[in-house]
Amino acid sequence: MQDFIQHLINGVSLGSIYALIALGYTMVYGILKMINFAHSDVYMVGAFAAYYFARWIGIENDPGLSTLLTLIVVSMICCSLLGLVIERLAYRPLRNSPKLNVLITAIGVSLFLEYSGQVVFGADPKVFPEVMKDFVIFNIGNVEVRSFDITVLAVGIVAMLALQFLLFKTKIGRAMRAVSANPMVASLMGVNPDRIIAFTFVVGSSLAGVGSVLVGMKYPKIDPLMGMMIGLKAFVAAVLGGIGNVGGAVIGAMIMGLSEEMVVAYLSSTYRDALAFGILIVILIFKPAGLLGKYSVEKV
Amino acid sequence: MKALKNPALALLGLCLLGVALNFSVNAYIQLILLFAGVNCLMSMSLNLVNGYTGQFSLGHAGFMAIGAYFSAYASTRWSFAPPSLLIVQYFVFTLGAGLVAAAAGFLVGLPSLRLKGDYLAIVTLGFGEIIRVALLNMDFLGGPRGLSGIPGFGSFLWSFSFASLWIVICFFTIWRVMRSSHGRGFLSVREDEIAAEAMGVNTTRMKVKAFVLSSFFAGVAGALFAHFTNFINPSSFTFLQSVNAVIMVVLGGMGSMTGSIVAAIIITVLPEALRPLQELTGVDLRMVIYSLSLILMMILRPKGLFGDMELGDVWRKYVRRSA
Repeated sequence: MQDFIQHLINGVSLGSIYALIALGYTMVYGILKMINFAHSDVYMVGAFAAYYFARWIGIENDPGLSTLLTLIVVSMICCSLLGLVIERLAYRPLRNSPKLNVLITAIGVSLFLEYSGQVVFGADPKVFPEVMKDFVIFNIGNVEVRSFDITVLAVGIVAMLALQFLLFKTKIGRAMRAVSANPMVASLMGVNPDRIIAFTFVVGSSLAGVGSVLVGMKYPKIDPLMGMMIGLKAFVAAVLGGIGNVGGAVIGAMIMGLSEEMVVAYLSSTYRDALAFGILIVILIFKPAGLLGKYSVEKV
Repeated sequence: MKALKNPALALLGLCLLGVALNFSVNAYIQLILLFAGVNCLMSMSLNLVNGYTGQFSLGHAGFMAIGAYFSAYASTRWSFAPPSLLIVQYFVFTLGAGLVAAAAGFLVGLPSLRLKGDYLAIVTLGFGEIIRVALLNMDFLGGPRGLSGIPGFGSFLWSFSFASLWIVICFFTIWRVMRSSHGRGFLSVREDEIAAEAMGVNTTRMKVKAFVLSSFFAGVAGALFAHFTNFINPSSFTFLQSVNAVIMVVLGGMGSMTGSIVAAIIITVLPEALRPLQELTGVDLRMVIYSLSLILMMILRPKGLFGDMELGDVWRKYVRRSA
């Protein structure tokens, strides 16, 4: 039982990292109806930005909350700039072309970032600086609640609440929802869709930046291909919850994180990746639009 | 262009090309050409699903893996033909690899082809990954170590002719199917699924048929790959391999058979052709250029090299007219 609770805590902490990345996928999908494969590599660049910044400033020597926050902010800024550039140069020229072309472009951007990352940063893994000390905050019986898990969860929740506020309580959030519902009508109401789409990329990418620093803190080994698997899983999480749905992405990510942790704990770690997709397939076959997605019937 | 209409002539032509290449180029280039052959099979078969039927599949490498493992396992364990008829045995194993992959394609396609668009893409991706992870966990297939010591065909000429045989079979099968009532069914699914259904086309059935045929040839491609490299392991068949197949189809033009062949050759040769650049600059810029050209291609020529035209149409439209 104690083991189970311990795994539960780890799973929730992993799930909140997935959620931060999944939100980027789901927001871009909601507004552009495209799978932004490059998102996972934006996340990778964010981790490297934080790594180099920490080395440049020399703050890796005093781990603490302020270091963590500084790195998160730096990573968010870098990621959002990168997201903006990608949207402007690669996706905007293809706004009206078939979906498959956009998808291939996204894959192209993803490959481009991965391979340029290998050229620029080097292909060997780097050790992420220690941004915080990992210590046991309190024990319940034999269950340890560690500072990393609490931090990851707290930062994740704050970021998600901020997103919720942005989407539902601000003017630009309303504009984002309007463009997502119908870009044509939104533009007739005085919303500039291009601007809103760019802003969506900024928000999604900066969430990936937050995620990258948290992952760097928890699993301190970063390399140019680190985004691939976590990106795929975050994307699966987004689809699982119903892609385009912000709440769904969080639920999907939690399911992914928990199930992954449980499989590693009670079955075998080699089946970890297969399980993620297994769950996805089962859910999509029975609920083709994901858990919270609305299944729309095509009318002629 | 006459050879495009006659399978025997096409095969003969390719074998003659093989003889010529056997004496003219070195082993390194020969191996690249064999991989180009494997990629031709991959892109042609994926073109049937992605290009003609309009169903976006991202799990093609999974079927390739199944074919590769079947043929590799069979040829290292079983033997029924005398040494002089070894090529017949290879043919049977390759055929078997295709059939096993087709069966897998049926099992995967039946539930997943009810989904549309991005969801289908992600489910096929999932199946591809599941196949890979399953192979990773099967001890009798070597697990992560893979299978080694897979017998090859001996000489380049045999390998090339064998690959040519399958390329010709694949090309003409798909070509003829696309000009039958099945082919028109596939196209109608791509153009408008609702209208097709209204006209009495069983769309799910059409999609599954296209998917099964496509998986068959992917399995064959995998078997050839196994015999050419003599060693396979699950990481030969990752998500990137599926992406590569999709890139070839889109680069050649969705729904263009000759386009997929040309694109497969370009995609195989391009990274190798850029190798001198690596020596020049000292860093590995090949894949950077490759991915950059992919993005530019999508922005500047979104319909691929040939669009939905065939080589013959392109020839007539651009070359003959200007002459």
